[in-house]
Amino acid sequence: MAVKISRRAFLKGSIAAAGSVAGSTRIARAAKSVTKDDKEPIVTLLDISKCIGCEECVHACREANETKFPKPKQPFPKMYPNRVPVQDWSQKQEVTDRLTPYNWLYIQKASATVNGEDIELTIPRRCMHCQNPPCVKLCPWGAAKQEENGLSRIDSDICLGGSKCKKACPWDIPERQTGVGLYLDLLPALAGNGVMYKCDRCYNRLEKNEVPACIEACPEDVQTIGPKTQILEKAHALAKQMNGYIYGEHENGGTHTVYVSPVPFDQLNKIIEKGKGKPHLSKVKNMMADGTNFAKAMLIAPIAGVVAAFGKFYLSTKEDK
Amino acid sequence: MKPNTYLRRYIYGITLFFITLSGFGQMPIFKRYYIADIPGLGWLAQFYVTHIIHYICASVLIALTLYILFDFFFNGGLLDKITRMGFLKIIALTGLIITGALMVVKNLPNVFFAHNAIIALDLMHLGLCMMLLVLGLFSLILKKRWVS
Ligand code: SF4
Ligand code: SF4
Ligand code: SF4
Repeated sequence: MAVKISRRAFLKGSIAAAGSVAGSTRIARAAKSVTKDDKEPIVTLLDISKCIGCEECVHACREANETKFPKPKQPFPKMYPNRVPVQDWSQKQEVTDRLTPYNWLYIQKASATVNGEDIELTIPRRCMHCQNPPCVKLCPWGAAKQEENGLSRIDSDICLGGSKCKKACPWDIPERQTGVGLYLDLLPALAGNGVMYKCDRCYNRLEKNEVPACIEACPEDVQTIGPKTQILEKAHALAKQMNGYIYGEHENGGTHTVYVSPVPFDQLNKIIEKGKGKPHLSKVKNMMADGTNFAKAMLIAPIAGVVAAFGKFYLSTKEDK
Repeated sequence: MKPNTYLRRYIYGITLFFITLSGFGQMPIFKRYYIADIPGLGWLAQFYVTHIIHYICASVLIALTLYILFDFFFNGGLLDKITRMGFLKIIALTGLIITGALMVVKNLPNVFFAHNAIIALDLMHLGLCMMLLVLGLFSLILKKRWVS
């Protein structure tokens, strides 16, 4: 029987063997570029052509964020009415082929033919960290928040698990775990249903000037992180060089995640497996644009009210004369 | 009552109804409790729709409030004519408009409020809404008026 060496363990070994010098300078450089002094939001660039689908990043994410994962109490309180779904991933924590409350990053697979050549592509997928994130802006409790460096995250101490963020997210990213969080202390039978979880771009590592765990762990340097202008420049140069395509720069009005691929994204979108916990790669319009336009138009309201009252007063004084 | 006053009441009533409905629609409750399943009420569970309706109603309410306020003073209205119920409702409405306006600003791109400030705004907005609803109900039952 052939001895199976886990690819992950193998890669871990090979990284160590490759010596830490090159690795540490690269990471130190990256970490330097995400320090707080940057006035610009931080963006990550993912070069899909480099990804070998080893899942090293997936496991690094799980290790780095384990303490943030839900620890639900069993049995779950009965919820009313019956249509409220119990979503329990605590018994399926090992699942890595989709997004779950215990798996904030997963590798999506696609086979394509480019210039007559068959290629396999693997795409790391997680929250896009939108520039104007609907999950944050539309959260009714302020449980989701966006930081000035552009990342968005859900505060598991405040989230009630209503899943509005997931419905508002154009990629359906946040995933729910029942039986945890603040709702248990309020009216668990009648309101709330746990906590929503998603990639928080390793906010706590960024605070310490460390790069996110998935970036640090990748043996192929798939991801680059840095200030927006610099990363977008890089993305365009890379796309030009490989005659490729960019995704995420304009989606949903712009995100802080850009993918560069040798295959057009509309083509990729057709061949990747989509569905629950497996986000699409379609074009996304700016979901918050209508709200923003109405907000600007709202400035007319107070003026209109005052002008109408003044007009009425003016007309009545004229009539009196 | 003058037709103008009727019209104002009519607009105020309708706006208040829809702004409350769309406001509660910001919370994911209408779907859970089957209300969005009632034909014609499906929009209550569509968050982008209730968001815009809430903004439109807020614009009408702000315009109407300022119109009534200025009209009152232009017509020589005196503060001591406002009843206690009137004052309480003015406080609730003013609070709702201020917290609401701040939340509209918060929702604009590239605007960051402190996390605790957002939570406080959400809770105050909800509290003030409940206050206005209770006061409105009392005024209806006890036939209380804004001015004496
Ligand atoms: S991004 Fe890097 S670590 Fe993740 S699967 Fe691809 S090559 Fe492996
Ligand atoms: S991708 Fe979805 S979850 Fe992530 S920031 Fe955008 S709206 Fe929020
Ligand atoms: S940034 Fe952090 S939380 Fe997000 S996928 Fe990477 S490791 Fe996971």
